[in-house]
Amino acid sequence: MEPILNVKNLTMNFGGLKALDTVNLTVEKGQIAALIGPNGAGKTTFFNCITGIYEPSEGLVEITPPGKPTQKLNGLKTNYVTERGLARTFQNIRLFEGMTVLENVMIGRHCRLKSGIIKAMLRTSSQKDEEKQAVYDSYEILEKIGLDQYVDEMAVNLPYGAQRRLEIARALATDPFLLLLDEPAAGMNPQETKELDELIVWLRDNENVSILLIEHDMKLVMSLSDNIHVVDYGKKIAEGTPEEVKSNPEVIKAYLGDESEDA
Amino acid sequence: MVTKKEIKQSFFIALWFMVLTFPLMVIKVNTIKNIVVFRWTNLIWVGIVGFLASLIWNYFLRMKDEKKKADTKDNIPIVHRLLQNEKFRIPFLAAIGIFALVYPFVFPMYHTSIMISALVYVMLGLGLNIVVGLAGLLDLGYVAFYAVGAYAYALLNLHFGISFWVVLPIAALLGTIFGTLLGYPVLRLRGDYLAIVTLGFGEIIRIVLENWDELGNGPRGIGNIPSPSFFGHQFNQHNSVIYIYFIVIALVLLTIFFVNRLENSRIGRAWIALRDDEIACQAMGIDKFKTKLTAFALGATWAALGGVVFAAKTSFINPMSFTIWESITILCVVVIGGMGSAIGVIAGALVLILLPEYLRAVAEYRMLVFGALQVVVMVFKPEGLIQGVRKIYKFKKVEE
Ligand SMILES: Nc1ncnc2c1ncn2[C@@H]1O[C@H](COP(=O)(O)OP(=O)(O)OP(=O)(O)O)[C@@H](O)[C@H]1O
Ligand SMILES: [Mg+2]
Repeated sequence: MEPILNVKNLTMNFGGLKALDTVNLTVEKGQIAALIGPNGAGKTTFFNCITGIYEPSEGLVEITPPGKPTQKLNGLKTNYVTERGLARTFQNIRLFEGMTVLENVMIGRHCRLKSGIIKAMLRTSSQKDEEKQAVYDSYEILEKIGLDQYVDEMAVNLPYGAQRRLEIARALATDPFLLLLDEPAAGMNPQETKELDELIVWLRDNENVSILLIEHDMKLVMSLSDNIHVVDYGKKIAEGTPEEVKSNPEVIKAYLGDESEDA
Repeated sequence: MVTKKEIKQSFFIALWFMVLTFPLMVIKVNTIKNIVVFRWTNLIWVGIVGFLASLIWNYFLRMKDEKKKADTKDNIPIVHRLLQNEKFRIPFLAAIGIFALVYPFVFPMYHTSIMISALVYVMLGLGLNIVVGLAGLLDLGYVAFYAVGAYAYALLNLHFGISFWVVLPIAALLGTIFGTLLGYPVLRLRGDYLAIVTLGFGEIIRIVLENWDELGNGPRGIGNIPSPSFFGHQFNQHNSVIYIYFIVIALVLLTIFFVNRLENSRIGRAWIALRDDEIACQAMGIDKFKTKLTAFALGATWAALGGVVFAAKTSFINPMSFTIWESITILCVVVIGGMGSAIGVIAGALVLILLPEYLRAVAEYRMLVFGALQVVVMVFKPEGLIQGVRKIYKFKKVEE
């Protein structure tokens, strides 16, 4: 299997704090990988570093989009990272509140569309076609994610679980080859979590995306993941299949040392 | 019903107001006779008015809360409902159209002239609405681009005799260029910093105009700016006002037409996304800087267009027309009318510009009234007079 994401020696310093310390991580094509660790371990910081929201202090981030040559992501602005096929969701939901559900997904299509200001003002036929296609594609994504019933609602009015799914729909609309999900099950009830589980597998099997997810719900992580990476205090302490990680003494120590964990 | 607690609260508020306004309302120094007069009756009035105002304020606050509980969903403004309803849309628009058409012939010139000012503010408001309302960039120096347009017409006409109609597109282009040039360095800042820097830029433009005598006569300004011609024909003063009125109407329609298209396009959605959440917006593949710059430059374009009309209408401009107060007035139009809502901005401009003209008594207290209105709107209707609504896309569901 070829790695589509290859992170080497990623280090992130916040003043004196080493939020990430020489972390290595690879995700292979078609994989569902998980990044776990106690609160404050540096998981979200890891996402922020590879998506260009933070500029890492050291290290290399490389991607190999399917059918394309390997390229470096370091120093690239967030929007270019997304353009190259890495899409993410946020731990604290960040939807566009002033827009409808459909428009939120259409924002995801933005970087795949071309019409600029002049075309929009003149409403040329190519712009109209493009808009129509964008509406159609966005609606199709909502159908796949199971949110089509909310299509014209304002995004803020959605129930919590649906908001998390909308974040995934929006990310999917950018045509990614790798989806980065930051605690997608946070705040969901068991039924919603089960549906999320199915959705993630379905995405991997039908949408040609690989998935790297951060999650605290161990049941979900263990059932979903092909490969699990464990970080603690910014350092990677273990990697392997769910079975291997579960029995790893370092991992057990890291989790038992943290009473707020539910593992 | 009014509760005991409310009465008590109002009582203390009235007391507080009496203390607060004591030096202003009660003490009066008579400088001729060198004595101090205490006007105690004023104190009583302040107390009574403060007490009643506080009761009314509380009453409305409670009404608002109850209304919110009663219906949370059906809050689409009535204007939008009229416009969405096929049956009402045509007659509604036709009525407005006919009114606009006969207005300058029915009412005296003075009213037409005031309406032109208001309509110029509609244009400015719609332009600033792109920057503040849609893209969420607090621009306090918007008047600078208004000045660019006005001076472009005055100077190009003075030196090269270029006519209104030719200047219009040139000024628009100049507005875009200035918007881009000013936006380029400042748009890296955000929020409060952006507001302060744009404020500074606005003032710089005014001060430059004031001190650069060779360019535009400094504070003396430029006079004798001709009003627009109609295929070479120059109207007399009365007809020329009517003519300008129709030009502004046309420009406003054009503005509404384009702004509406932009708002519901790829670029318009990007503006709103940027306003709602900068980080998520970038994570969706939107270039933050480019998107901000387009909003800023486009807003400037409309300000410049407004400036040209302003110069043509008043036939005299000087830097005093482009002070920070102008920027603030336009901002009030947007915020009170409804951020991001074109219809709201139109309503806001008409209310805020026409009211002071007709209520001459309060014209002096214009900024005070704006301030009070601002507070009232923010407390009772934070989304503005007429809230914006998003487009509902119509499409056929495909059968699988
Ligand atoms: N912008 C920042 N500036 C300074 N410190 C930061 C910043 N972002 C994160 N940190 C610190 O880095 C550490 C890792 O934070 P991070 O948010 O990545 O943790 P996490 O693993 O996602 O935790 P959680 O499970 O609670 O989401 C924390 O100690 C946090 O305080
Ligand atoms: Mg986190």
